[in-house]
Amino acid sequence: MNDVTGMPQNVVVLGGGSDISRALLRALAGRRLSSVLLAGRTVESLEGAVKDLHALRVEKVEVAVLDVTDVGALEKFADLAAERLGTIDLVLVAAGVLGTAELSALDAPLVASLATTNFTGPAAAMTAFARVLCAQGHGRIVVLSSVAGYRVRAANFVYGATKAGLDGFALGLGDALVGSGVKVMVVRPGYVRTKMTEGRKATAFAVDASDVADAVVRGLEKDAEVVWAPSWLCYVFGLLRLAPRSLWRRIPV
Amino acid sequence: MIADNGRLLAGWGRACPSAAWVVAPEKAEDLNALVSGPGPFLARGLGRSYGDAAQCAGGTVIDCTAVNGIDEPDSIASRVRVQAGCSLDALLRAIVPKGFFVPVTPGTRYVTVGGAIASDVHGKNHHRDGTITAHVERLALATPTGTLECGPNGDPDLFWATAGGMGLTGVITDATLRLVPIETSKMLVDTERVPDLDACMARMAETDADHRYSVAWVDSLSKGRHLGRSVITVGDHATAADLPGKLAGDPLKFNPRQLLAVPLTPPVSLLNPLTLAAFNEAWYRRAPKRRTGELQSIATFFHPLDGVGNWNALYGPRGFTQYQFVVPFGCEDVVRRVLERLSSARAASFLVVLKRFGAAGAGHLSFPSEGWTLALDIPLGINGLAVVLDELDEIVANSGGRVYLTKDGRVRPEILHAMYPRLGEWNEVRQRVDPNGVLSSDLSRRLRLTGPCPRSGDRSDRGSTR
Repeated sequence: MNDVTGMPQNVVVLGGGSDISRALLRALAGRRLSSVLLAGRTVESLEGAVKDLHALRVEKVEVAVLDVTDVGALEKFADLAAERLGTIDLVLVAAGVLGTAELSALDAPLVASLATTNFTGPAAAMTAFARVLCAQGHGRIVVLSSVAGYRVRAANFVYGATKAGLDGFALGLGDALVGSGVKVMVVRPGYVRTKMTEGRKATAFAVDASDVADAVVRGLEKDAEVVWAPSWLCYVFGLLRLAPRSLWRRIPV
Repeated sequence: MIADNGRLLAGWGRACPSAAWVVAPEKAEDLNALVSGPGPFLARGLGRSYGDAAQCAGGTVIDCTAVNGIDEPDSIASRVRVQAGCSLDALLRAIVPKGFFVPVTPGTRYVTVGGAIASDVHGKNHHRDGTITAHVERLALATPTGTLECGPNGDPDLFWATAGGMGLTGVITDATLRLVPIETSKMLVDTERVPDLDACMARMAETDADHRYSVAWVDSLSKGRHLGRSVITVGDHATAADLPGKLAGDPLKFNPRQLLAVPLTPPVSLLNPLTLAAFNEAWYRRAPKRRTGELQSIATFFHPLDGVGNWNALYGPRGFTQYQFVVPFGCEDVVRRVLERLSSARAASFLVVLKRFGAAGAGHLSFPSEGWTLALDIPLGINGLAVVLDELDEIVANSGGRVYLTKDGRVRPEILHAMYPRLGEWNEVRQRVDPNGVLSSDLSRRLRLTGPCPRSGDRSDRGSTR
């Protein structure tokens, strides 16, 4: 169950091998975390996370192979997760890839594939888990969006557009679920130094995965619906969203 | 398909609601029929427990408030049989004019008799009279294995597992309470202001024996040498001779009214360090340095917050929790450390209550035990608060104390077994009446009350596919 301070005991992670997932699980392990089901494309991708959780003495750690783009498998997976954990308090949806926005590299199949990985799969997974959480009368879905989706810019517009879609879907789903006991939290990190962004130039507001994890834990404590990391990006992007496009496309972020 | 999942139910602290199917039977017989199904089930009264004790996510919550009949009190034996959904408010309105008072009342009249027994509530007279179940002669319980009668002299194991058993041994359908004869509906009250915690504790230890009711309100925001400055009130039921002429004509008049109600939930908590500092200052200043023999109504003395409807909404959408613990006498420093620690975490509290408990009752999970109890309402969402409360739990458990499940929404399951050493004994009785575990609550699941003791650092990885 989630306690009154917002801390979950049983957690499912889609994209369990990602740096942000691992950082969040470490943070939750210091609170009430007792059972985790990690899902990823391969068992190998989850090994590091499993090791972390064992070192932190989390009671029950299970792994499952899941490709979120295999949308036909998601409903069954959500049921399986509920069966394995008993109840699910929190589902972290952290599947996604950065892809590219180089015009020379883009073609129709690549854009379709990025959209499936970053939007279609996660949105479908959230739907499947929303059903399971509703039936159990409580639970929370935490979805990793991005500031890149708050206002899409040319430098990573494919990624940004998929996150914009997912962000909007999650907000709408959260509103639709009001009164059901199920909550949705949208996390909008800025530039995070992780495996995913390795080799890319860090921006001025770069943070580490652990900073994002701390922001999410803080958000759970406050029962926040939207979490920015770092938190002040909320004001920066609130303003940037209003900038005229002629100016927006010149901003070197 | 995402299906409709019933109604959202929250505790008084409004912090972690969950959805359940609610049924509201009107007859006790219907209660019996209900709990024979597959569950999960939980009885709910007026929802005054602060955390998740009266929630059953995804299950069926049995709203007992319509099963609320009151028999004619037996005025010779001073007792009354009431149905479990009857509120103390309704009960008092029925019995006070007849010259009786409830043996124990918590700080609100808006609890049901069933809820009061399931929480084994205490009041300002605990040092003298113990908890409410010390005054229950018998009760009837609808369990998955049938309707059972129990009392301290008949199936005492089941009775003491039900006393403070958080509704997990069955649905209480009715109970027989011993009543306290009173001559008037007024209280004779002494009020005294004391400048710090040591003075407060010393004074309470001195005056407790002389009065049936005793409690102290502590200013949670005072620091340094003023830490724990308090207002102590003690009282007794006034006799007919204590009433002045104009009250003597109708000495048992009892008609409390709600003065005002909070109309809506403000977007942010109105009870913040700033407003609380002002309130606490005013509360302390308003109290007389020393006043004796003041006549107060039952409502003013016992249930001051009942005068404001929905006061819990003042904490805003995030809600609040109450931290109530007890530590044995000799652990006065724990009370001080809790006050200091919460004050430095800026977890200011509205109405902190300090009281001396008398001897513990026989309920397996009953909260009160001999010592000091402190209760603090704390707004949720304060940075660092959750971790501070975890530290305080350790201190309390290490001193041989415990937290009150009826107020809890966050204690660690691992530490609970240290706080409630009779959990195993309780579980054996519970399993006898509910072998399939169909009775459960969000609290019981969160704390794994009905399962084996969770061990911190358990690395057995049951069922791991690794």
